[in-house]
Amino acid sequence: MTLSRDKLPRAGGLIVLLALAIAFPWLFSNPAVTNYGVFAMIFVTVASAWNLFSGYSGYISLGHAVFYGSGAYVMGVAAKAWHLEGTAVFELLPLCALAGAVIAVPFGLVALRVRRHTFIVVTIAVFFIFQLMAFNFSFTGGSSGLSSPFLSWTQASFNLSFYDIALACAVGTIVISWLIRRSTFGLRLRAIRDDEDRARGLGVKTMRVKLSAFVISGALTSLIGAVWFYYETQVQPQTGFDPLFDLTVVLMAFLGGYGSVAGPVLGALLIEPGTLWLNSQPQLSGIAEIVLGAVFLAVVLFVPRGIIPAGGEWITKLRTRGKPAVVPAVAMTKESVPAGTPGGEK
Amino acid sequence: MTALLRTDGIRKAYGGVQALDGATLEVAEGKITGLIGPNGSGKTTLFNVITGYEKADAGDIVFRGKTITNQRPDKVFSAGIGRTFQLSRIFPRLSVEENMLVAAQHKRGKHRARARELLEFVGLERHAELPAGSLSYGQRKLLELAYVLIADPAVILLDEPAGGVNPTLINHIADRIRQLNASGTTFLIVEHNMEFVMGLCDSVTVLASGTVAASGPPDAIRTDPRVLDAYLGSDVEDEPASPEEAADAER
Amino acid sequence: MASQIYQAVVDGILVGGVYALMAVGLTLIFGVLDIINIAQGVLVILGAYLSYSLSTRAHIDLFTGLLITIPVMFIIGVVIHWAFIRRLRGSERTSMTLLVTYAAALIIEGVLYMLYGADNVQLKASYTTSSVHLLGFYLPWIYVYGFILAVVLVLAVYLLLYRSRFGRTIRATMQDETAARLVGIDVNRVSALTFGIGVAVTAVGGMMYGATNAFNANSGYDLISRLLAIIILGGLGSIGGALAASVFMITLESVVTIWEPTWAIAVFYAALVLVLVIRPQGFFGRKEVRAQ
Repeated sequence: MTLSRDKLPRAGGLIVLLALAIAFPWLFSNPAVTNYGVFAMIFVTVASAWNLFSGYSGYISLGHAVFYGSGAYVMGVAAKAWHLEGTAVFELLPLCALAGAVIAVPFGLVALRVRRHTFIVVTIAVFFIFQLMAFNFSFTGGSSGLSSPFLSWTQASFNLSFYDIALACAVGTIVISWLIRRSTFGLRLRAIRDDEDRARGLGVKTMRVKLSAFVISGALTSLIGAVWFYYETQVQPQTGFDPLFDLTVVLMAFLGGYGSVAGPVLGALLIEPGTLWLNSQPQLSGIAEIVLGAVFLAVVLFVPRGIIPAGGEWITKLRTRGKPAVVPAVAMTKESVPAGTPGGEK
Repeated sequence: MTALLRTDGIRKAYGGVQALDGATLEVAEGKITGLIGPNGSGKTTLFNVITGYEKADAGDIVFRGKTITNQRPDKVFSAGIGRTFQLSRIFPRLSVEENMLVAAQHKRGKHRARARELLEFVGLERHAELPAGSLSYGQRKLLELAYVLIADPAVILLDEPAGGVNPTLINHIADRIRQLNASGTTFLIVEHNMEFVMGLCDSVTVLASGTVAASGPPDAIRTDPRVLDAYLGSDVEDEPASPEEAADAER
Repeated sequence: MASQIYQAVVDGILVGGVYALMAVGLTLIFGVLDIINIAQGVLVILGAYLSYSLSTRAHIDLFTGLLITIPVMFIIGVVIHWAFIRRLRGSERTSMTLLVTYAAALIIEGVLYMLYGADNVQLKASYTTSSVHLLGFYLPWIYVYGFILAVVLVLAVYLLLYRSRFGRTIRATMQDETAARLVGIDVNRVSALTFGIGVAVTAVGGMMYGATNAFNANSGYDLISRLLAIIILGGLGSIGGALAASVFMITLESVVTIWEPTWAIAVFYAALVLVLVIRPQGFFGRKEVRAQ
């Protein structure tokens, strides 16, 4: 594939961004700052994973915490059961992703039968079932949760290594999201978002398409949930299955631009550091929620389609100033008017 | 002449209203058949039943000698029956070109070329990159026709292809239908615009109160007293003044 | 054992009546505005805190206080509709409204947390601790009063909907918004008032909830998840369905609690999932006619 003149600056921009992302922890080596970096990458992954299902298909899931928390718990339980420690624990990551995929199948088979409001509510219900299980099973450690196995990294290398792992997950998820978006599979997902019944009437296997996206999304979310657990060193029912989790992720996607590849990434980069900072200020407890809610209201009311689509449109407007954006398609039919066809009046 | 598509005594009721009351009609292979009738006579319902979007209470639908009654819309579509809707059901947030590919099931590379070809055929190639939602009413009808064509259906059911479309574009649409027909595609067309129907169709079927009132070549239908009865004798109001109203009425 | 079950059933019916009232508000809002008001749960808690403040600061009786809290909650509902809901249009309206009400819930929760702290409180009055012995059952007075009040109010909502002019306009809007507009109904006004009524019932729900449970700003999640399960089981937009599902689900939960107190709430969601597998539109619902 050759890069056209249009694509070259874009590819260059992406390489610069990636280089910046890799260099970030060396530029700001303060562990408090690299901590922000790790969380930002975790949420870039989550928001992109959420978006490649919900953003493309239009089925808003408020139950992705199910995958996130399950990933964390699977890693915790498995490491304990098999007495794994140190870097060996990372070998569990594929298992955690698989767990997410396995959970997504029955979850999706039930939830994806219904649409819109009902779908959203079913995802919330499943979320509560999982939280309840985490609270009440014995192998999940009840309300005190699980602690991660010991990892003998120094304070400095701890954050740096986790940053690299989370960055790798983020880049991988973005690439998957981009590949899906430009594939036939992605086209079908977006057709479902526009008019599911018509897409089905045209032979799109809607259930299979939706479920596949849900499974991919769930697996990626479980994977990063496990990474988060090992980084955070512990998980409790209310942190692994946090009711605010999905709302935050949805906010990220909407702020940046729901349904686009870059939107959720931008949204996560803007929002996650903000929430982290708010939550780190003890005198502001309670305010974090109010701010989150207020930002959300502002986004939905003022930039409902997100920064990236709105910005893109603004740029197009600037470029095409003075020229009509759409050339009417009617004029060209002159030569093809057949003799004897009556005109339109009734 | 053989019937490519045949409906046999289709009955369909909504609550107490008998929308179709034994509708029997034939669509001849390689021909353009018009389906007319006053509002509420069951034309769109018949389309919905044929294409599987609604289930018939009784009766049979036979396509190429096989019964396809009450099959799912996608089965009917892949069997070779394409359709458009009165309010074009395009995918507004997909680009025009992407719309073309929804119905394309296999071998994407080949379909891309074919999609371009079809867009050129209907005259939308310049809009390929635009979101379909930005197209005009008439352009949407063309796009819907084009994306149905990509699956090479044997017969296409058009629901008011000329409704709400300006006269120049109507001629364009009629011309495209004729060209497609010349290369072998069969059509069944519901339309309120009489001149359009009479100028285009090889045969016209008149539906009234859910049954076929008359059927024959356009000239015969024009003078058939039963047709006048169907329109004037029904208890349904006059034809709506604009397609928007018609759409509202049938929604 | 048998008497325990009877007692659980009676408790379930009494408490279910109160849930029915809150669920009717939620399903009414859905029917008219095509919105699920996620904030309903935290609004109930807000109602509870209003009653709490009135009874601890001003020493106003819980039931008398409703004369103040019901109008206040009504106004809050109308304001939420006016400020946010009204502005949302377009193809993503469903998800947007859900998220907006979720965001509103967060803000209210944050404010309540700042005002009242994280400690659990409970509403107290003479009738919250005493019981009446009736036909062999011990019935706490608050359950009895609350049930009667809930029945009266559900009946009032019913009469409003089916026996008044305003109710006709609401039902017309529920069935077909465009048609309602065409016959001259001010859909915006109907929507605002419906949202107000749907929220106003949380004043009563909140008082009852606060008198029978210890609560804090976080309790809204528990409530809303139950209410959502109830209205979906009953069929979105169906008033009768909401009533039946409330009583059925709360009774079921109350009976299961005898054996399995920790998992009783799971029965709720399990029933929801099970029903949706068999009948996606709920017990009483029509198919989602407004889909697309």
